[in-house]
Amino acid sequence: MLSIWFFVGVLLATYGALILVAGVRDFNSQAGPIAMAHLHLPIWWGIALLVLGGIYLVHFRPGRTK
Amino acid sequence: MTSSVAVFFVGPHLMSLRPVDLAIIVLYFVLVLGLGLYLRKFANSGDEFFMAGREMTAWIAGLSFISANLGSLEMMGYAAATYQYGILVGHAYWLAAIPAIIFLSLVMLPFYYVCKTHSVPGYLKLRYGEGARSVSAISFAVMTILMSGINMYSMAVIMKVILGWNIHFSIWVSSLTVGIYVMAGGLLSAIFNEVLQFMLIWAGCLVIPVAGLSETGGWSGLVQRIAHNFPGQDFTHMWRTMGSFTSNPMGVHWTGMVFGWGLAISFGYWTTDFLVIQRVLSARDLRSAQNGTLIGGFFKMMVPLIVILPGLLALAVLPFKLMPESMVNTPGVHTYNEALPLMLARYCGPGLLGLGVTALIAGFMSGMAGNVSAFATVWTYDIYRPLIRKTASDGHYLSMGRWCTLIGVIVSIGTAYLVMNFSSIIVYAQALFVFFIVPMFGTVVLGMLWKRTTPAAGFWGLLIAILFSFALWLWVHRDPSAVRYVAFSPHAQDMSENVFRAMWTLIINVVVTVVVTLMTTPKPQRELEGLVYGLTPLPAMGEVPFYKKPVLWAGVLGVAFIILNIVFW
Repeated sequence: MLSIWFFVGVLLATYGALILVAGVRDFNSQAGPIAMAHLHLPIWWGIALLVLGGIYLVHFRPGRTK
Repeated sequence: MTSSVAVFFVGPHLMSLRPVDLAIIVLYFVLVLGLGLYLRKFANSGDEFFMAGREMTAWIAGLSFISANLGSLEMMGYAAATYQYGILVGHAYWLAAIPAIIFLSLVMLPFYYVCKTHSVPGYLKLRYGEGARSVSAISFAVMTILMSGINMYSMAVIMKVILGWNIHFSIWVSSLTVGIYVMAGGLLSAIFNEVLQFMLIWAGCLVIPVAGLSETGGWSGLVQRIAHNFPGQDFTHMWRTMGSFTSNPMGVHWTGMVFGWGLAISFGYWTTDFLVIQRVLSARDLRSAQNGTLIGGFFKMMVPLIVILPGLLALAVLPFKLMPESMVNTPGVHTYNEALPLMLARYCGPGLLGLGVTALIAGFMSGMAGNVSAFATVWTYDIYRPLIRKTASDGHYLSMGRWCTLIGVIVSIGTAYLVMNFSSIIVYAQALFVFFIVPMFGTVVLGMLWKRTTPAAGFWGLLIAILFSFALWLWVHRDPSAVRYVAFSPHAQDMSENVFRAMWTLIINVVVTVVVTLMTTPKPQRELEGLVYGLTPLPAMGEVPFYKKPVLWAGVLGVAFIILNIVFW
């Protein structure tokens, strides 16, 4: 059986990539109604999810788990 | 794209989703369905379907234990309650959780695990006999289906308010998704999806405290802003304002908080609600079950970051005041229940908004999956097998489990439509809980810790406490002035009345159980082995390093709990 943590990696990495791309695309857009937009949270959050997801994917990849 | 999604939108709504947000939501549904269908091949026996083969590690058992509890109804409800009552609601995650979780791990789990029961009603059958088991199983089955429907309806209403989604669409799509993956993989599927949902809820909702505390300039800035916006009211102290009924927004005295919420409701839920107990019983051995419970406790202690703090941030930063739910249809008004979605809309741009909305949907669905999988187990093993068909193959009961999952989902959908007729969902949900779960705690713990408790006492103590709780609720419902007797104050709010009623229910349960015990005959001790303290040898688990011992982590959790209460006194 594939480890649940592999699926967690799939979820986090996929979402991280989507959010990062959305954040980069909106980087220079006019500040809308979003508060604290200058923190550029989508970029940082996207990177964090991508890295965390990647760690789970590598560590719990199918060939490596029991 | 616009025309194809137009059918899902009705009226004005808080947020507008971009294509990336919709993609995140759709991907979530695809993944959970795929996971459920993948896990079907690992759920081929009753033990695998109902108990996930009892092979879960401490981390998985612990995360699903907390995720089954961390539904969006609770998240949004407590964020709303925080806006209304302040940080006092944080007791739901500390006082009303940590002591009970530690007690469950160190004292009660050995009994549940050693007797190899598949459910809490199953333990009552072993300890007291068929009468107590039947009462608890039937009441638990009714409660879980009603709660499941409440979860679905609440989710549909929230999705309508914040996204403009059609209520029927939300109910049917989410319910059928849950039904498919629980029917396919049973408890294993529910647990795997709960772990996913746990990660998602944190990933989606942690944005709010990060951005919010940055906006307010930290905790002290938050406190100052709240004091400026709401002069004369104290929303940011957990104990200081409970010396009298009128000095805090909830109208509660510390005795009600400690003995009602901290003891009766908390211990009743965390030690006997099968929805959460089932998760830790799926662990591979007793130590994993105990450590898994404590892992859940640590995460439970952190949940205020994503539930209580958003409610406080709403008090501090929103440029308008939120109103009671009775004004939900008033144009231009936002109600308490919108506190969490409003904070998501405030801080989350494209992508992050989809993540946050998916986290809320995931929370509702994990709540429903938990109820449905617990219902399937209790129905099959505690009602169908003992009362309807005593002898059948394991395959027959497995098939019954799958079918009653589907039936449970359909009945839940019906309950969701039934709940539409009531104006105060949260009040009815809490009342259900006090009716059925609080009496179970007294009955179970007296059975575990006192050899003398008799079968007749287990049955009558449970039944009379359930009826008493209902009668008390009906009295206050018919005559609101009665709250001054039940909750010792005419100023007591709904939540305060609930916690005091829980306290009275537990008192009646214990008194009746003790009195009937003294008048009836106990079981011989040989029939109590493995079920009662003093007659239950624990399985030898071998020597382990000190950092794997449950008592160490229970101590750390307890000390952290005390420190937090002092810091936020």
